[in-house]
Amino acid sequence: MAEPIFTVIDDGTPIDVAPRDGAERVRRAQEGGRPVALDEAERVAYLGVSAGERGRRLASLEAPDFTLPDLDGRLHSLSDHRGVKVFLVAYGSW
Amino acid sequence: MISVAVDRSADAARPWIEAAHPTHPSLVDTRHRLADLYNMVNVPTVVWIDERGRIVRPNDVAFGTDTFRHITGIEAARHLGALRAWVRGEMPEMPAERVRALQSLPTSADQQARAVFGLGQWLHEQGRAEAAARHFVTAGELAPHDFMIRRGTMPMRGIDSMGPQFRSMLQEWTAAGNPYYRPLPE
Repeated sequence: MAEPIFTVIDDGTPIDVAPRDGAERVRRAQEGGRPVALDEAERVAYLGVSAGERGRRLASLEAPDFTLPDLDGRLHSLSDHRGVKVFLVAYGSW
Repeated sequence: MISVAVDRSADAARPWIEAAHPTHPSLVDTRHRLADLYNMVNVPTVVWIDERGRIVRPNDVAFGTDTFRHITGIEAARHLGALRAWVRGEMPEMPAERVRALQSLPTSADQQARAVFGLGQWLHEQGRAEAAARHFVTAGELAPHDFMIRRGTMPMRGIDSMGPQFRSMLQEWTAAGNPYYRPLPE
């Protein structure tokens, strides 16, 4: 019988691991002060990024880089726009 | 300009983007990456970033038109005027210390809420909608001011994000003395 799978999503990136490895990753993230959300029944955990780490980056005023798709699936990064001013707008259809 | 639809799917954002015919990168962020990186708790949120990639004006609330001014109480012209002056280089740069003073940094509860949201969002992508909805509700309870979570997940929970459940949430929030939009004071 195949071993059951546990999914750990580390800062957005999912990886499938054996359940005991999942538990170990969760434990290490918690010890490191990271926010962890766990759903044992669904066999998935999300490891986030701490307030301290996010806050330090924002307070440095160096704009956090991101890479996101457009409607055609083409990826764009903030860092592609170095050298010009960027007016960044977040909105939602909701 | 870069616009980012923080939305449940590309298809949810598609009609808005196609109607606008943007010439700038118009992106879709289903996993709320931008919210996490920039501590954004509602839309619209705007950030000014200079040529060197530095934040020169932190998260602010701005509208392109006065269409919803009667609801939001926020006038478009003030921000638009400042934005034009900044782009043309006609405005003194805000000192770094002032930018920091105007920033709002995430708390542990904010980041815990985002982790719980992330779990729910992944489950939702997998088609496990019921489990996802549970986590979305928990995430909203952890960060009640985070409408990116509380309102933004409504369509994924089968709730009309402009309907009665949104209006009662808003009513409860504002009756307790909390602002729904938090524009910068200057």
